[in-house]
Amino acid sequence: MVVFSYPIALLAEVVSVEFQNGGTSPVEEPRIIAFCCMYCAYAAADAAGSMRLNYPPNVHIVLMPCSGRVDDLFILKAFESGADGVYIAGCEEGSCHFVSGNLRAKRRVFFLKRILEEIGIEPERLEMFHISASQGGLFARVAKEMTEKVRLLGIIKWNKS
Amino acid sequence: MVVAERKPIQEIMEMVAGYNKILLVGCKGCVTVCCAGGTKEVGILASTLRIARKKEGKPIEIVERTLERQCDPEYIEQVADVVERDGVEAVLSMACSVGPQYMAKRYNIPVYPSLNTTFIGGSLEHGVWAEFCQACGNCVIHHFGGICPVSRCSKSLFNGPCGGSSKGKCEVSSEIDCAWQLIYDRMIALGKLDELTKVFPVKDWSTSRDGGPRKVVREDMRL
Repeated sequence: MVVFSYPIALLAEVVSVEFQNGGTSPVEEPRIIAFCCMYCAYAAADAAGSMRLNYPPNVHIVLMPCSGRVDDLFILKAFESGADGVYIAGCEEGSCHFVSGNLRAKRRVFFLKRILEEIGIEPERLEMFHISASQGGLFARVAKEMTEKVRLLGIIKWNKS
Repeated sequence: MVVAERKPIQEIMEMVAGYNKILLVGCKGCVTVCCAGGTKEVGILASTLRIARKKEGKPIEIVERTLERQCDPEYIEQVADVVERDGVEAVLSMACSVGPQYMAKRYNIPVYPSLNTTFIGGSLEHGVWAEFCQACGNCVIHHFGGICPVSRCSKSLFNGPCGGSSKGKCEVSSEIDCAWQLIYDRMIALGKLDELTKVFPVKDWSTSRDGGPRKVVREDMRL
């Protein structure tokens, strides 16, 4: 899904709808949404495909122009709409195309982890990863590890309706 | 600006525990600038509350609005349709404490504050705000090189630092600059150090809170 120029509220709604409609994964599998920077992690996902690497189909990728574009509200909307886990994948530190977008995303993740904790949701359900464009293997590994971790934390039943 | 910060989510959850539909209303004034109660923060709090209530098995419907200001009756009127005809059971205001008071004055349903109004201040950098004014009602900063001893000295001293000033810091916290060190340095830079020899009498606090709630009346502006 390409979501470059939408205003925040609309983008948040788009994420919600995409998520509700994109339920290709079996019900018993955790639903995970991955906000991927187009300059690194999204290209790494492509690389993973070219390398014929498998990663879990329940990871829904949302293409972002930069990890710094991921708003707090996108993440909350994802959880509100049925996500069991969310992660942002941005460039390695020091490599952001927009200088510091990935660092800002990291701070937002830290802020939102505290909010999740306050309302009794395991903060581990939200993570930030740094993946460069060439690291197709790392992309696949992160997707698998995140799926495994969220599976252990359990599928959130109450946000599926 | 008035600087505020959001109350803990649990405290807000307890406030709205008995309601199924609420109006969450932000303010585009000071609290938008200090990132506490603007449109964005309304969205974040609404989403957080919806998630938390869904988790408890008691979903809540939240109508989101952000007004130009909540300290003018004209703007408060703009949510009359939602409050009076939309079945909203309570109002949760994300303005400084003036906002919920205006809401409570206008509408006959329970009103709750979701922010703690903290101080009158300014931003030091992105994401950092500090106190610069205590609204004492009689500004004296021109005597002190543009630095307010009322708000920035922990003891509001007018005649030099106390014994707790050490290496430019206040004894209350090593993160607080001693206002009197700042005043002293500033007066040297201005070449006006001799002005600090002036002795200030005990401040008349009747223009501050000691005189009770205050009011400003501009007869020429009244309709």
